Amino acid sequence: MNARVNWVGYKTIVHKEVTRILRIWAQTVVPPAITMTLYFIIFGNLIGRRIGDMGGFDYMQFIVPGLIMMSVITSSYGNMVSSFFGAKFGRHIEELLISPLPNFVILAGYVTGALARGMMVGSVVMVISLFFTRVEVQHPLVMVSVLLMTSVVFAMAGMVNAIFANKFDDIAIVPTFILTPLTYLGGVFYSISLLPEFWQKVSIFNPILYMVNGFRYGILGVSDVGIVHAYIIIVVFGILLASLCLWLLHRGTGLRS
Amino acid sequence: MHALQVNNLTKTYANGVEALKGISLEVEEGDFFALLGPNGAGKSTLIGIMSSLVNASSGDVRLFGTSVQQQRSKAMSYIGLVPQELNFNQFEKPLEIIVNQAGYYGINRKIAHQRAEKYLRQLQLWDRHDKISRLLSGGMKRRLMIARAMVNEPRLLILDEPTAGVDIEIRRSMWEFIREINENGTTVILTTHYLEEAEELCRNIAIIDHGKIVKNTDMKSLLGTLDIETFVLDLQEPLSVVPQVEGMEFKLRDPFTLEASLPKRKSLNTLFSSLDSGGVRVKSMRNKANRLEELFLRLVDKGTTI
Repeated sequence: MNARVNWVGYKTIVHKEVTRILRIWAQTVVPPAITMTLYFIIFGNLIGRRIGDMGGFDYMQFIVPGLIMMSVITSSYGNMVSSFFGAKFGRHIEELLISPLPNFVILAGYVTGALARGMMVGSVVMVISLFFTRVEVQHPLVMVSVLLMTSVVFAMAGMVNAIFANKFDDIAIVPTFILTPLTYLGGVFYSISLLPEFWQKVSIFNPILYMVNGFRYGILGVSDVGIVHAYIIIVVFGILLASLCLWLLHRGTGLRS
Repeated sequence: MHALQVNNLTKTYANGVEALKGISLEVEEGDFFALLGPNGAGKSTLIGIMSSLVNASSGDVRLFGTSVQQQRSKAMSYIGLVPQELNFNQFEKPLEIIVNQAGYYGINRKIAHQRAEKYLRQLQLWDRHDKISRLLSGGMKRRLMIARAMVNEPRLLILDEPTAGVDIEIRRSMWEFIREINENGTTVILTTHYLEEAEELCRNIAIIDHGKIVKNTDMKSLLGTLDIETFVLDLQEPLSVVPQVEGMEFKLRDPFTLEASLPKRKSLNTLFSSLDSGGVRVKSMRNKANRLEELFLRLVDKGTTI
């Protein structure tokens, strides 16, 4: 009985989220497509021609995985934080809070919604990349699994941000001051082997480096970090964030008085 | 069986405000129960704890024997809540809002659509089911929240000022709807500032003031304790001197309006014959306030039981 209620509840949250993403497609899918097209044109095509090879691939091919991963990370995080905080701010999160749905179903529903947006945007960026270069996927399972797991991790990070946010400014601070710098410094546009030794050491503390390189390994077969390390980092962050989200939901932090 | 059992419930907010100071309360299944109190008395906090939106500081709340604190999911499956503030996504459509709410209770979309249509029709909202909710009037938004609360066909319906800001015609149609819901077996707990609403609908009543229950009884007994009634008399001719009659009190509002307060045991004939003998001609008469309102004001003024 409870499993059926949970399953229908989960599907309802996902349906609601996907409907929202599609209803406002001009805000959710189009902007990253335009931004990434500009990256491909400016960094990949114009500047990339002068850079030459990187990691054994031409520069355009090298940045494709990083740009797809960057758009998936920002979209998954952005979807969760805007949708969950919007529901909290508009008080319609109460519809869920007074329902019999347990916290893990609420978390799973919202994470799946964020995952859906991440995959939609990732697919669009991947299709755009095909207009600029050709890549042969070397390890499809690694590519898909790293992409899905990373999307889930950043969706949960977005939920933590939304839970603690009290005003719209609060949901812009983390993406602006933490997420974007870590993403840009996470090896999207360069191999960390180009950095001085000190900055290489600093970079290994950036979790996004492992996600970008794990994904790059899946597509191109090259990576600055070991693929096992990448999986370990993603799984550890996933477990930590899932536990944190469930604990915060259980306590009612930012949601229940 | 008790639909609601509240045992020694306290709530102190983080800012130190003590909203509930050890409240105990029971509501029988099938009852139509009024929860009254002035603003800030603790009504919404109590409802918040019942619906798990507010965490209690201590004490226990049980819905049909199930603890809200210990078995939240099961307890929540019994209730429907119409909150005081609007809490639906105003960019969604009424049908969408209700069908999604049903989904959170495990109701599949086909049945959810059927129920949504049923309740939207009953609350005269069906012709707006496909319009953006933000464009609905205030009264329509309140009715939408009632329809949403009914979609899981709850055993306990909690209405926190459901008719606030609604015109009298719609209010009365809402009363009819809620009364029918109650007659069909749903327990109803109602808070309202329209005391005539509580008097009209509810069988039992609790009055909260300053986080404590100052009265908890049945409506009939409570109204029976009212020993003085005040009438407003519209006069045919202007009056300059306040009449003096033993056992009654008069107050002249203006030359054409006289207020008369008299014990309930006194017959109205006595009032009229006294006025008639004094040459005062009465054109029409009405109650100054409804009975419950008079009692309510006395109780919350005193802050103690009567």
